[in-house]
Formats: sequence, structure tokens, C-alpha cells
Amino acid sequence: MALRDEWNGFTGGHWVDDINVRDFIQRNYTAYDGDDSFLAGPTDATDKLWGKVQELQAAERANNGVLECETEIVSGLTAYGAGYIDPEMKDLEQVVGLQTDKPLKRAFMPYGGIKMAQQAAENYGFHVNDKYNQIFNEYRKTHNQGVFDAYTPEMRAARHSHVITGLPDTYGRGRIVGDYRRVALYGIDRLIAGKQEDLLNCGGRTMTDDVVRAREEIAEQIRALKGMKEMAAAYGYDISQPATNAKEAVQWLYFGYLAAIKTQNGAAMSVGRVSTFLDIYIQRDLAAGKITEAEAQELIDHLVLKLRIVKFARIPSYQALFSGDPVWATLEVAGLGQDGRHMVTKNDYRFLHTLENMGPAPEPNLTVLYSKRLPENFRKYAAKISVTTSSIQYENDDVMRPVWGDDYSICCCVSATETGKEMQFFGARANLAKALNYAINGGKDEKFMDKKGNHMQVGPEYAPITSEYLEYDEVMHKFDLMMDWLADLYVNILNLIQYMHDKYYYEAAEMALIDTNVRRTFATGIAGFSHVVDSISAIKYAKVKTVRDEQGIVVDYEVEGDFPKYGNDDERADDIAVWLLKTFMKKIAKHHTYRNSEPTTSILTITSNVVYGKATGGTPDGRKAFTPFAPGANPAYGAEQNGLLASLNSVAKLPYEYALDGISNTQTINPSALGNDDEQRVTNLVNVMDGYFANGAHHLNVNVFGVEKLKDAMEHPEKPEYANFTIRVSGYAVKFIDLTREQQLDVIARTCHDHM
Amino acid sequence: MQGRVHSTESFGSADGPGVRFIIFLKGCPMRCSYCHNPDTWAAEGAEMIEADELLDRAERYRSYWGPEGGITVSGGEALLQTEFVLDLFTKAKARGINTCLDTSLAPFARNEPYFGTFTKLMDVCDLVMADIKHIDPEEHKKLTGRDNANILDCLRYLSQIGQPLWIRHVLVPGITDVDEYLYRTRDFIAELGDCVKRVEILPYHTLGIFKWDELNIPYKLRDVDPPTPERTERAQRILRGEM
Repeated sequence: MALRDEWNGFTGGHWVDDINVRDFIQRNYTAYDGDDSFLAGPTDATDKLWGKVQELQAAERANNGVLECETEIVSGLTAYGAGYIDPEMKDLEQVVGLQTDKPLKRAFMPYGGIKMAQQAAENYGFHVNDKYNQIFNEYRKTHNQGVFDAYTPEMRAARHSHVITGLPDTYGRGRIVGDYRRVALYGIDRLIAGKQEDLLNCGGRTMTDDVVRAREEIAEQIRALKGMKEMAAAYGYDISQPATNAKEAVQWLYFGYLAAIKTQNGAAMSVGRVSTFLDIYIQRDLAAGKITEAEAQELIDHLVLKLRIVKFARIPSYQALFSGDPVWATLEVAGLGQDGRHMVTKNDYRFLHTLENMGPAPEPNLTVLYSKRLPENFRKYAAKISVTTSSIQYENDDVMRPVWGDDYSICCCVSATETGKEMQFFGARANLAKALNYAINGGKDEKFMDKKGNHMQVGPEYAPITSEYLEYDEVMHKFDLMMDWLADLYVNILNLIQYMHDKYYYEAAEMALIDTNVRRTFATGIAGFSHVVDSISAIKYAKVKTVRDEQGIVVDYEVEGDFPKYGNDDERADDIAVWLLKTFMKKIAKHHTYRNSEPTTSILTITSNVVYGKATGGTPDGRKAFTPFAPGANPAYGAEQNGLLASLNSVAKLPYEYALDGISNTQTINPSALGNDDEQRVTNLVNVMDGYFANGAHHLNVNVFGVEKLKDAMEHPEKPEYANFTIRVSGYAVKFIDLTREQQLDVIARTCHDHM
Repeated sequence: MQGRVHSTESFGSADGPGVRFIIFLKGCPMRCSYCHNPDTWAAEGAEMIEADELLDRAERYRSYWGPEGGITVSGGEALLQTEFVLDLFTKAKARGINTCLDTSLAPFARNEPYFGTFTKLMDVCDLVMADIKHIDPEEHKKLTGRDNANILDCLRYLSQIGQPLWIRHVLVPGITDVDEYLYRTRDFIAELGDCVKRVEILPYHTLGIFKWDELNIPYKLRDVDPPTPERTERAQRILRGEM
């Protein structure tokens, strides 16, 4: 079969006739077993551009965190002409394209909610042109208005009390990863042809809701693809045909991603699994002597540079949930193929090497798809990058591959999705710690009052527990009923939100790069996990006394005696953790989910553990009222008494099959506790991850620094060494100095494994 | 048999090769001025645990050990319970677990039955990490309260039988960080020959002082600061025979 000219040198296969990037990768990638000695340092151009970006970032920080907000133009694929990091240095940029006309300028994106878009700008001292008030309130509704039109009083109450919270009703749901590689491999015209064929074949003569909606969506996708061509043309590129070389492949792919971030401000805007794909193009050019290793590295550095400056205008309540201005431009390296070959390429080294060439940074959210079967050289290099930059995370390819295949991307912080085949309905978290309090208080909220000054009746008015000491069987029965109520309400709130998001803020550009016949997952989540586990353990193994206010509502607890805690590899507590996850997931799965999506759940909280904790009274494990929860699946603060590995063993017991949306674990290890020198630290970290993931765990954030450094950075954020000091928090990375002080204190308070 | 155990740690990263499960035994004959675990001195208050029970606990972490890791018995002074450590290590070897002994060697003696037990222990011990507190007998006495003759004798014996050794030496400004002593220590290590696989300088640190305060024991080195990285590096090079 003769291949098109752009594909010269590639091995053909199914991917030639059909859109099938995975097939292309499997037939063409070159696995790399060597070490990092081939890597090249930054070029002058990289140094200059990165220098400029750092200047801009410093100015942004000095200007209250935002340099400029758009107030006149509604963002879209062709809302702006070309933009460059520095117009005077534009020839240095190997990869071009900005969200707006200037770097770090935040676009005006009203479709998620006009009020929020206005507030976000206002918050940073910018006033959106008043004409948009009329346009988006009178002529055209937005997502947020749609949701609030349809919410029931019960839903509003649950949202108000934070028993269900962080919902994507005031911001874009995100978490949809377009297969941006398709733009490079096929060119836009082929993709349009594919979608046109799908449109012809969509539905028969019977126009059901589903068919009408699908036909309109495909038409929107085709419009978006045409818009991408026009967007690229502004930069002087014609992306209608496939990329012909490595530079074009990187550029075409980035244009696909740029289309997403110009049209959506989703909570997570992942890049996906692009490293191995791009390596095929780079390898072809290297072999033909068309580029050098330095030029190859420069391409990747410049792509990453662009990913480092993705920004959205956010409202303060969003910043409180997801601190440090993250966008989750998540990008994966490594992993294994279904045929048993590892998929580590030189490009995986190049992506990690950007953290050396341009220093640590929180974005893109670099993720290593880990397995003990990856080459030892690569595992050691990744561990070395962790030890020196604390900027990357690890996810267990051995538990994800059986579920998602070998071409999945991470669509948020830690959640997997099959690239180009699936999309996800993101759905925040249910606060199970508060639900436990509701079980004890008969559905009354322990914090929020109604207009008459009584505790708000949020949950159903079941009989409360009236005894002074909590009795295990009674609590468990009532908690089971309350979780039933919560799961039901939660799924239905999400059904409503996803309906409105599809209707008012459909992700046409991303969906245009995904198969028309898409599989959908419905991602729920759990907050307060470890506190519920320890609370149940306390009730079972110790004595828990209730402390009531004058209305008879339990507002605090006193624990008498010792009890096993999650995080110590103690079955008595860990069995409760497994039970809790399975029970909640089964309750979620009972309900109808929007567009027949597949329900999943997660135990990950991002930094929202602080906000959720603040809204939640004391819990029977002894956690004080209105203090932060432990993040994600982490054990509670101070609960870990047997060292790092005992803690890891506890988390590893949670079955991934019941939490397919992810189980996030963040651990901070003092350098001296990891080994006496860097070589020992690297070896030990590899051993720790080999063991943890062999035990079936899902995810690990690794920080390597001491508490002293955090304290110093909090007190002296102006020191140059802290400008890019990056730390991993639940599922993403942030610059430590960009966290609120409250969250900085929370990070410091978490267990730092420093036993010697 | 049962051992007097102070505590265990699932993640030992600097107590022998690889990742290791550390068993801290209780009781110590030495009273080192810089000790960071004075809570392990007294033999009383220990938890009595069977060797097999400890190995069961350790094996929960086997997946993290990699090719080099295993268990390390530390203290307190492990050799105050030589028979127990012999039982533990014998059972560990039967399970295919790498064994490491972290010790000051202070209880070592050539008389029976101690010597016989010690010899058998060495047969099932993959690595001895021996801490030379001070090379000079007088200074050793001042620092630890005991003479060092039997310790140096033990090291010579271990060299004779070819027991793999790591030598460790805590660097304390004004006490061990003295050129004359460092060179004498180096000469002694050189005598031990090939069985010495590694020499480590451990810079004195103050992280354990709070334990002295909790136990109401006066801490004599309160005015001593940890050595600078330069001094540590220099001592390391001297001991490794590089200067």
C-alpha cells in the first residue's frame, strides 16, 4: 500500500485507512533502554524565551497573581490573530500559539457562567464591557444559569452545606482530552471528512432526543475543525494536511490543544499521552539527519514552555478549591504496551529533562505511567527528577492497562481515559465525613443554620441518635441510610449539571478529536475518606462520647481510649477503608447516569480538602471542627505511626477496580530519610515505588524536601530560590509560594516522613 | 525466642543496603554523650516479641526491599541480646531475608558461652555495621563510659573471619573531629583490610536532644554545633584514605 508523502518511512497498518493513532504508535515507535547521557541542554533560544516568561511570571505575581484580563473580546478559536511570548523574539519560538494576543493574558470565557466570568475579571481589577451583561443575560443563557434554573431546593441546600461540593456548576467541567495527535497524523481535512461521514450515518429517520442532540454536536465539531484551520492560518500554518516533520508534528498537535484552551476553561485541560507519538516523528528526522538532538530537545522545551503559561481567569471560590492557579495540563510518559514491550522512548526522557533545562514547574502535570517492568535506567532517571525537583507524579500502569488499554491519557490529576475513545463527566466530591455527622444528627447540618436560627435540615429527617455514647451498630445502620440518600442526590445533581454543560458549553473542539461514538464515564468522588474510616474505627474499638449544643445537635466528640487508624497497615482499620469505598461505589452505581455513562468514583480531593474540612464539624475520630481533611486517600494527619511503608501498604489495599477515577496519595519524604546521598536516594525511591505499585496501589505524589524548607519559603517567598519551588499536592503540582497561607500551613502540618 | 523490642520502623533507608525493616532492641551498656536514642538505654519497658512475629511484620514490606534490602537489627545495643538475634537471623535466613546488624560491639567478649553464640551469629549475618565511637581508649571512656579494647579486638576478629563490614563514625566537633584521631582511626580501618565494604561519617546532629529533656537527663553537648559540611567531607576523605 503506497503511503502519502507525509508518511514516508512509517510502517503502514490500520491507521492508514482509519483514524487509529494507537495502531500508528504501536507499529512505529522505537523503545529506548539506554540512560540519560544523550540529553541536550537548553539552547540560547530556550534560555531567552524562558527568561522572558520568568519575567512575566514575576510581574504577574507582583500584580496580585494576574497580569491582565480580557474585557472586550469573547474567547474563541479565531477571536485573536497571532500572539507571541515576545514579538521581538518571535523567530526564536519553535512552537507558536497563545490563548489570547499576549502571554499570560486571561481570556474572557462567559459560556460556563457570565456572572463568574465577570467576577473573575473584577476580582483582579478588570471590568468586563457592560454590553455582555445584556448579551449573556437577555439574548443567550450560559451553563451556570441553566443549572440554577433546574436545581431543586434539596440540591441547593446540599450544595450550600458542602455535603456535596466543588460542583462544576460555576466552572467548566473539563477532563476531556482531545486526541490532539490526530491533527498531526491526519491533518484537519481528513478529520472533517470522517466527521462528515459520521453525520451522514447518525440516526435514521426517527428523530429522538438522542439523535437530534448527536447530529447537532457533530455539526458543532465540524465547525470547530474548520475554526482550527483558520486559527492556525493566523500563524502562517496550513494544518489541513498531515505534518511532514517533527517540528510540524509538535506544532500541529499543539494547535489542537490550543483550540481546546481557547474555547474551554475546564477545571482540568490535559494534553494527554503525546510523548511516544512525537518521538516517532523526531526519530524519523534524527535518522534522516534533518535535526540534531539539541534541536529535538528545543522542540520539546518550547512545547512545554507553552504548556507552562496556560492560564484561565478564575473566581475566588474556585481558587480556594483548587489553589495555586492549576490547569492540569497533564501529560504522560512511559507505560507498557499490550504486547509486553515497554513504551519508554527518548522523548520521555526529553519531557522529564525540561525540568532540568528550565527548572522545576507545576505545569505541565508530568505523569510517569509506572511499572516495575519499565527499564531500570528510566525508573532511576524519573526518581532522580523527583529527588531534585519534586515536580512529577507516578501512576500504576499495571492496574490501569487492564482497564483502559495501552493508549489511555490522564484526563485530570490522576484519572485515566482512553485517548480519542472516551470522555468524562467530571463530578467533584461527596463529603462522607459530613454525611456521617448527618447520620448521627438526623440529617441536620452541624454548622449551617436556617433563617430561624435552627440547624439546617439538609438531609432527610431520619431519627437522630440521642445516646451520650455512640453505639457501633446503630451508627452503621443510620450511616448506611444516609449514604443511600447522599448517593442518590449526588448522582442526580450531576445528571442535571452534565445535561446543562452539554447544552450550553459543549466542548466541540475537544470532541472533534474524539471518536463520534464515544464512551462516557461519570466520575463521582469521595472527600473526608480517612476521617470516616478512623471515626468508624473509633466507634468500634474505643468509646466515643457526643458533645451537644443547646439544640441537642452533636457538634463535637470526645474519644476515650485508643483505636486502630488507617495508615498503619493494620487490617482492623484498613478493612473499614475497603468497606467504605466499596459500599459508596455500589450505592452510586445503583442510579441512572446521564447519557448512560459508566459510573466511577475517586478518592482524590485536590486541595479542596481544606475547603471541605472548613465546612465540616468535628468527627468521631477526634478531628477538630472546621479543620482540613487529609487530602485524597491519605491517612489523617498524625495517624501514621509506623513509617512510610506501613502508610503506603494501607493505601495500596484500596481496590482500584472500585475507584477507577483514581486513588490519590501524596507523600513527603525528608531527603535524609531517603538516603545519605543522591545515589542512595534514587535507588531507595525506585525500590519504594516498585514495592508500592507491585502491591496494586494506583498513584503516588512524591515530594523530597524537609519541613524547614517549607517554613522558610513561607516566611521568605521573595528569595529567588523559591520563585519556582514546586511541590506536589493531591494530584497536581503547585509553586509553593502561590498557595494561600492557610494551605501552606496545611501542607506543613501533614506528616513528613523523616524518621532516621 | 522473644526479644526485648523498643520499636520497629517500616522504612529504613540509611541503615544498611537498600530499603530495610528496622528492629530497635531495648537496652544499651554505653552512655554516649551524643546518643539520639537515650530512650533505648534501659532494658525495662520493652515489648516482648517472638522472632517469627517480627519476621512476619517485616515481610509485609518485602515488596519494597528490592534486590539489596532486608532487615536490620539496631538498638539500643543489639548484642546485649545476642541469643535472640541469633534466633531471629537464623529464621530470617531460612526465609531468604538479608540480615544486617547495627552495633557498637560493646558487649563482645572472648569468653564462653558468649563467644560461641557470637560466632554462630556471624554465620547468619550478611553485614555488620560497626560504629567506632572513638579510637582513643581514654577519650572513648569519656565519651561512652567504657573502654574500647574489646571493641577493637572484635573488629580484628571480624576481619580475620572475613565478615563483611561497614564502619561508621560519628563526627563530633572537638571530640572526634580532631585530625590526630581521624588519622589513627583511618590506620586502624586500613588494618582490617578487604572486609570493610564502606566507611561512613555520620555528622553529629541535635535532633535527639528533646528526648534527653523528656527523660530529665542532663545533656552535656548542648553547646556543640553539628559539624559543617566541609568538615564532614574532609573527615570522610581522611577515613577513606583519600587524604
